[in-house]
Amino acid sequence: MSTVETHSRLRAFIGDWRQNIIYIGFAVIFLVFALTLNDKGFLNPNNLLNIVRQTAMIAVMAIAMTFVLSAGEIDLSVGAVAGLATVTVAMAISVAGPVGGVIAGLATGIAVGCFNGWLTTRIGIPSFLTTLAMMGIAKGVAMWLSDTAAVPILSPGYSWLFGGGSIGPIPVLLFWMLILGALGQIVLRRTGFGRRVLATGGGEQAARFSGIDTAQIKFRVLVLSSTAAAIAGMLYAGRLQSGRFQLGEGDELSVIAAAVLGGTSLFGGKGTVIGTIVGAMMIGLINNGLILMGLEFSQQLIARGGIIILAVALSQKKA
Amino acid sequence: MTQVAVRMTDISKHFGGVRALENVSLEVYAGEVHALLGGNGAGKSTILKVLNGVHVPTTGTIEVAGQKLDVHSPEASRAAGIAMNYQEMSLVPTLTVAQNVFLTREAKTGRGFINDAEAERKTAELFATLGVDVNPRALVGDLGAGQKQLTEIAKAISQDARVLVLDEPSTALAVSDVDRLFAFLRTLKEKGTAIIYVSHRMDEIARIADRATILRDGRHVITAPLSELPIETMIEHIVGRRSLGLADVERGDTTRGEALVELRGVSGRDKPVDVSLTLHRGEVLGLAGLLGSGRSSLARLVAGIDPMTAGSILIRGEPVRLRKPGDAIRAGIALVPEARATQGIIPAHSVASNMTLSVLDGVSQRGFVDESRVRDVTDTQIKRLSVKTASRDHAVSTLSGGNQQKVVIGKWLATDPDVLVLDEPTAGIDIGSKAEIIRLVRDLAATGKAILMISSELSELLTACDRIVVMADGRAHQDMLRGELDDPAEADNDIADRLQMAEQRLQIAIQDALTAGEEANHEYR
Repeated sequence: MSTVETHSRLRAFIGDWRQNIIYIGFAVIFLVFALTLNDKGFLNPNNLLNIVRQTAMIAVMAIAMTFVLSAGEIDLSVGAVAGLATVTVAMAISVAGPVGGVIAGLATGIAVGCFNGWLTTRIGIPSFLTTLAMMGIAKGVAMWLSDTAAVPILSPGYSWLFGGGSIGPIPVLLFWMLILGALGQIVLRRTGFGRRVLATGGGEQAARFSGIDTAQIKFRVLVLSSTAAAIAGMLYAGRLQSGRFQLGEGDELSVIAAAVLGGTSLFGGKGTVIGTIVGAMMIGLINNGLILMGLEFSQQLIARGGIIILAVALSQKKA
Repeated sequence: MTQVAVRMTDISKHFGGVRALENVSLEVYAGEVHALLGGNGAGKSTILKVLNGVHVPTTGTIEVAGQKLDVHSPEASRAAGIAMNYQEMSLVPTLTVAQNVFLTREAKTGRGFINDAEAERKTAELFATLGVDVNPRALVGDLGAGQKQLTEIAKAISQDARVLVLDEPSTALAVSDVDRLFAFLRTLKEKGTAIIYVSHRMDEIARIADRATILRDGRHVITAPLSELPIETMIEHIVGRRSLGLADVERGDTTRGEALVELRGVSGRDKPVDVSLTLHRGEVLGLAGLLGSGRSSLARLVAGIDPMTAGSILIRGEPVRLRKPGDAIRAGIALVPEARATQGIIPAHSVASNMTLSVLDGVSQRGFVDESRVRDVTDTQIKRLSVKTASRDHAVSTLSGGNQQKVVIGKWLATDPDVLVLDEPTAGIDIGSKAEIIRLVRDLAATGKAILMISSELSELLTACDRIVVMADGRAHQDMLRGELDDPAEADNDIADRLQMAEQRLQIAIQDALTAGEEANHEYR
């Protein structure tokens, strides 16, 4: 690449700064924390890997959420579905071993997703309401199945693969995030399915008139989202060696925030999986930095909310 | 008559490096209808947005009734007595007609609560003076395009404005409604209201306007009384080169091929009603009729969007069921829909994404989109239709209306359809692009495609079609060859004159169909 080309690319990047605010913001926040929190061990590799461990599940769910939002829908049930999956996985492992557990976990996600998709596309209930209701149902089922108690997982192999293990110093969770992220990015950008998802969210009528089965696309993204939520639940269960209904509680907001921070439109038609992952990492970064700063939980919540509003506000195009 | 209602002096408007307006002056008298003309991108919309306060001019001044406007905001313009209807609908679909008309100016009861009954009464009065039938209590979202437009106009008129700006008020109106609108504008004129009228329809301008200002490329070209501006001259100034507009589109004789699509007693949910017609390879069949005559419903039914409730459709002699758009696409039918912005394109997506939307499987291999094939398909269509775009990766929303429409057509040509259904393909497009699209329609028919075209501009139908079916009340009434509308006695006349005569005959046929339809309904009851 010639210098001129590099130069013009750089200018395009800066000229498009609103588009790229997430990357700039990530770098700025990272630098600020590195400078101010160095003595508190922010740059310690262990701390950085911890950020990855804490945000991998959010990232996994946010990858699928990028598809849901791009198709002009929303899924509020992901946190509760993750919690439900931790319980079904843990219970299945105790009966049928790790393989049975994995099957049970995936089946949980697919079943919930099909139900969400069916209600949304066949009955015509907006996904906001479908998944809001599902949030309660999934949590209720998880509490009922587990009798609100933690279900232990006694399979070291499962725990290693799903979230607990590491290869050398690198946590397995990082691989999950990177592999699913790469897969998501390729599917959204390079496949006919991805194009149809973006078209459905960008202009549903035009997409439908063009011969795209928009109901089927919406059904599929909702199944995708619940399945990703179940995978995130399996990772939670592996990392904590148990299934508990509280796991994943409230994650839906972080997941949606990660996608929107990354540049995915809440109104459909525009989405990027790479941005979403950076968005998720940024949320993890902020959480970690605020803890290291010694802020109380109440102060963390306020500061985190403020930073997210600032980032999204900066990325908005002014009229 | 010489009292100046609006004086815009040396208005320039720059958007970054783009000079949308360059020293344009516009003077409109009280009591005149002043036509504002120009192709797409000439600066009409920009100068209107400057006038109504949406844009702040870079340089220049605006005076309304001798008072200089110091502040440029929509509120200031409204306070100065400027009312405008918007080309892009400014109505809230979830409110009623009356609520929309009086939005932000609601009638109040003695206790300060909103009085909907009063608003409905006033709105009904307004429609009565216009002589049109729109239910003030209907939800705007439930109205058809024409009724929405009438509501939009009623909203602008209801403000008792000193200056009334009508931007393309007639695009979705039936001929009879346009007549009523014009009658009403004449009464407003007598009361001293200044009316700025924007339209792409030259025949309308000739009927209603007193003077006209023509813009081109953001600059003022000419302001003159209409008596000094015959249509040919207007078009010349708009296009900037000598052009006969539609009249120079060659309508060579096409050879009618096999019957490609056959409708037998086809009915939809509401419209169409019991329509039978045959569409042949190599011909352009026009559907003429007023708004609500069922032309678009028929088009949507054929494209598999609206369900068929009775009758049968045969394609190449084989009966087909068209349950969804995909079925129609597989059967070789493509629809260029009526509402370009919502049904035709995805505005925020690139030209390439839009062009390949209907052929995603064709440009994919094992599910993966092959970018080089996308480029090939897109570039082929861009070249074939001479789409003016900065690149294939630019968002369609950055293109002009005419070029957006070409993208829609290109998207469908990429599916290589046998049957192309075009619903108002030239609505809101400048005259240069219109002629191009009509020419394209002729060329496509010549390559053996069958074309079903809907247009409310009769001159367009007459130029493009080999055969015209007149529709009214959902039924097909007259099926005539284009030649039947020409009078052999006039063969020597100027082509534009002949077109005008044919248009009158078609106009009469549409009116006849309307009364025939009413009689049929009476008998039925």
